[in-house]
Amino acid sequence: MSAQESAPDQPQGSAQIHHLPGQPSAPPTQPWPAEPDNPGTALDRDLVDTVRVNLSAVERRAGTLTTRRTVKKDWQAAWLLKAISCIDLTTLNGDDTAGRVRRLCAKARTPLRSDLVEALGIGDLGLTTGAVCVYHTFVETAVEALRGTDIPVAAVSTGFPAGLNPMDVKLREIEASVAAGAREIDIVVTREHVLTGNWQALYDEVKAFKAACGQAHMKTILATGDLATLRNVGRASMVAMMAGSDFIKTSTGKEGVNATLPVALVMVRAIRAYHAWSGNVVGFKPAGGISTAKDALGFQFLMKEELGRSWLEPGLFRFGASSLLADIERQLEFHITGRYASYDHHAVG
Amino acid sequence: MTVAQIFETMEYGPAPESDAEGRAWIDRHKGVTKLFIGGRWVKAKSGADFETSNPATGQPLIRIAEAGDKDVDAAVKAARAAQPEWAALPGHQRARYLYALARLIQKHSRLLAVLETLDNGKPIRETRDLDIPLVARHFYHHAGWAQLMDTKLADRMPVGVCGQIIPWNFPLLMLAWKIAPAIALGNTVVLKPAEFTSLTALAFAELCEKAGLPAGVVNIVTGGGSTGELIVNHPDIDKIAFTGSTEVGRAIRTATAGSAKSLTLELGGKSPFIVFDDADLDSAVEGVVDAIWFNQGQVCCAGSRLLIQEGIYDAMVAKLRTRMESLRVGDPLDKAIDIGAIVAPVQLERIRTLVDQGVSEGADLWQPSWAVPTEGCFFPPSLFTNVSPASTVARVEIFGPVIAAMSFRTPVEAVQLANNSEYGLAASVWSESINLALDVAPKLKSGVVWVNTTNQFDAAVGFGGYKESGFGREGGLEGTYAYTKPRRDKAREAWKEPDPLPKPKPAEGSPLTIDRTPKLYIGGKQARPDGAYSRPVLAPDGTILGEVGEGNRKDIRNAVEAARKAAGWVSASTHNRAQILYYIAENLEARADEFAVRLSAMTGAKPKAAQAEVAASVARLFSYGAWADKFDGAVHSPPSRGVALAMNEPIGVLAVACPDVPPLLGFVSLVAPAIAMGNRVIAVPSERHPLSATDLYQVFDTSDVPGGVVNIVTGDKDALASVLAKHDAVDAIWYCGSPEGSADVERASAGNLKQVWVDNGHARDWLDPTDGEGEVFLRAATQVKNIWIPYGE
Repeated sequence: MSAQESAPDQPQGSAQIHHLPGQPSAPPTQPWPAEPDNPGTALDRDLVDTVRVNLSAVERRAGTLTTRRTVKKDWQAAWLLKAISCIDLTTLNGDDTAGRVRRLCAKARTPLRSDLVEALGIGDLGLTTGAVCVYHTFVETAVEALRGTDIPVAAVSTGFPAGLNPMDVKLREIEASVAAGAREIDIVVTREHVLTGNWQALYDEVKAFKAACGQAHMKTILATGDLATLRNVGRASMVAMMAGSDFIKTSTGKEGVNATLPVALVMVRAIRAYHAWSGNVVGFKPAGGISTAKDALGFQFLMKEELGRSWLEPGLFRFGASSLLADIERQLEFHITGRYASYDHHAVG
Repeated sequence: MTVAQIFETMEYGPAPESDAEGRAWIDRHKGVTKLFIGGRWVKAKSGADFETSNPATGQPLIRIAEAGDKDVDAAVKAARAAQPEWAALPGHQRARYLYALARLIQKHSRLLAVLETLDNGKPIRETRDLDIPLVARHFYHHAGWAQLMDTKLADRMPVGVCGQIIPWNFPLLMLAWKIAPAIALGNTVVLKPAEFTSLTALAFAELCEKAGLPAGVVNIVTGGGSTGELIVNHPDIDKIAFTGSTEVGRAIRTATAGSAKSLTLELGGKSPFIVFDDADLDSAVEGVVDAIWFNQGQVCCAGSRLLIQEGIYDAMVAKLRTRMESLRVGDPLDKAIDIGAIVAPVQLERIRTLVDQGVSEGADLWQPSWAVPTEGCFFPPSLFTNVSPASTVARVEIFGPVIAAMSFRTPVEAVQLANNSEYGLAASVWSESINLALDVAPKLKSGVVWVNTTNQFDAAVGFGGYKESGFGREGGLEGTYAYTKPRRDKAREAWKEPDPLPKPKPAEGSPLTIDRTPKLYIGGKQARPDGAYSRPVLAPDGTILGEVGEGNRKDIRNAVEAARKAAGWVSASTHNRAQILYYIAENLEARADEFAVRLSAMTGAKPKAAQAEVAASVARLFSYGAWADKFDGAVHSPPSRGVALAMNEPIGVLAVACPDVPPLLGFVSLVAPAIAMGNRVIAVPSERHPLSATDLYQVFDTSDVPGGVVNIVTGDKDALASVLAKHDAVDAIWYCGSPEGSADVERASAGNLKQVWVDNGHARDWLDPTDGEGEVFLRAATQVKNIWIPYGE
């Protein structure tokens, strides 16, 4: 690493307050970066080559993150509400229809039953999901359905999920989605570039996508399940950020293995290293396979521990998930009523 | 705070583990706890007791009985009475009891975890996820050794009654490490938990009752240091196993000298944590968290000396400081706490004093910006930089959450700094290069080396120290030897005072015979004794056969220096060492007649007997030539993706004080296994009949034995053995001779806690290969280092 690193919002002197009997909590003293801020850098091969990842040690850290941290009662409720605000509510299926997408958008606007919102005393928060994520075909439908809200529409793009379409087609796909109103573009990379160590090609590709995105935020899907090793994940993360990605994202949801905590740990550590090296801020999106409230909390602990408080906000952190919300709703209902909920007591998305 | 407010702050909030069951257990035992002796709960006859408290709050928990001499005596009697029957049970029967204990521990795991946290102050996360599961694992693993003892350890038998004294840092886990192997292998025990932490030992005794363990197999006596002394000094205990400070270990070594008690010590450490510039630094930072902020740093093998390669020093320190900021210190019953309470105010005071000393010596102290609770015993995670190897905080075991960082330039320097400590318990090496990691690991003087991980423990993998961190192993096959002894030992004869020396008379020889003057043999050269005195060597009728040098303290000093310099022998290939042993045998046989005549002359042995001794010596050299490349270590399979290499490493500089008879075979039987395993030897040969040994150095000279590998100092055996035992650069000493000499060597060894092997006056039958050679000797000549290597890409 060519520069000293520190978690951006936890320098010496910050007030990390712990729950201790009799200790007052102090408000955070640092301004938080709320949005990605990454103009990209030149490709620095040396930095890419020095990425080291020890699988067993990473697994150990990932394995103990969820045993070292937990949240209970009101804290758990608040954390799960925060998780909802970070969900990219997603439908990416061959049988998607406009009706299905509109239903999803309705859920994104009103992720929680109103009596639960009231019981939790969070009516003023105006809680919504972080975004709605669809194929290009349904961007306009979603934009229309979300009109009047701040909820952005994200479009998967560039030949999602395999990303093996002709380059000009991929660029046109991005442009079309942006033109249709997508504020976020989730692109996929050519895995071959990673597997063959062709970092220049990967850099050029992602940089071209970023240019095509214009003002839209670009989330770069590394498809980590295809990359085989965590070292590849770490290096690809670095290159993707140098090329200007606003977010790096684990998976399409279509690979054999999707978001796991070890993979996420490697990626967020890359975000931290890249930030320390360049000063640029990049967000993180785990996607695929995150279906329970407990899973979500694990990723949140990871973000807070490894990157700090600001990476818990939807500006810098998203879940790509379709069924996660349903489980969170049921957990919140249990928190309020002390009763385990029926599946049919919550509206489907 | 409202949900909406927490939504903004995103704090963790309280996550308390209920202590209701633990409190209820304590309430059931209110008053003064009892002792568990002979399967019954009895009041301490001493009538004494003391208070135990919760270090996180300072609140008293309960009063603990302090066992006195009558109590300890009763416990030892109960253990003695139970032992023969327990040992006579088929291994399968003992296995069933251990299996039952393992199951009971799992069934009551949360109660044990909560009690441990209340009593010790360690985070519930650790007692729940690490301590108690490992406790159960130890009983499962050793149920297996009970099952297999009759076949796999057929030539071994139990040691007998074991006195076991354990520390407060892992109360129940240390109990498991002690009791599981002991009772699995047919011993019975009297165990004393640490004064600060008796509760889980008492809870364990209740599980023994539930398991229906025969009365007297496990006896638990609570108490402080004086109770421990009663155990250590009890005449009817066969073995002492102690885990604790090096200071107390030294006292126990001294106290047990000459008692014929077997002894294993697991003592202090100042373990290095070495980070090379090709390490995964983020993972190494987490490694440091596990190394020094696990159990508040109250871990004998805690990585407390952080050695960082210079080029990444700043980056690593910066990452570590950032990481320290997000550690959470506080109520150990909170499930989201990283660091709990220090065990007792006296320990907290010790940590503070040492940290203050570090600051006053000029080291830079870094602690996170947040404050620790003011009530209860808490200390913040602390990092010292600007530390030199001479700094107090780099040398003294602090036993707290304090790590001292230093830089190094090269792998060689990393090893040098790492080994620059009187301790040798554990080391952690971080590098993504397998070549580098596996080059460095064997060079580190420690019983455990973790590659890219740290503080890993498993019942299948031996744990224990080098140097002043103690001796003996706990866990794995290597651990079974600490609780068994060779069946053959039973048959040894009692000590007989040797006949008085005959009156010397001059030899009737031709005055024209050229005088052959045997000298000392040091560093591959003949050396005149420093004192320039000689002593006569007498035939049984008193005839002076010659004179040998009267070695003294300075000769020993020179011999030790020569031996240390011959370090190349350690890295000589096992094939090479085997070849040299065969070569010695070959050259000895070429002069067999001459050696036989010499033996006859010195001992009066009939020619046939003398020839037999020479032949046996040749055969013995062959045996150890054979063993040199066959005494392999093992590859353990702990329950994680990776291996642990159990390597048999030479101890280093090994002194042997040889029996008087047989003069040649006795010498060969001790020197050959020692050098076969890669040790360098200082041998004090038979005091009465030293000429066979001094004749041998010509054989060594013609057999390519490198200078310094074998050194011979003749003279007063007990006096020289005493000097060797006191020499802190000698790593081990074997003594064959009188009970008094054995006791003296054991006592004198306490200085550097060298490994001692004495015969307490029970001479071996050296001509019998089942007694005079074999793996017993090889194990005494080696120490097991376990190198943990997780893998995966």
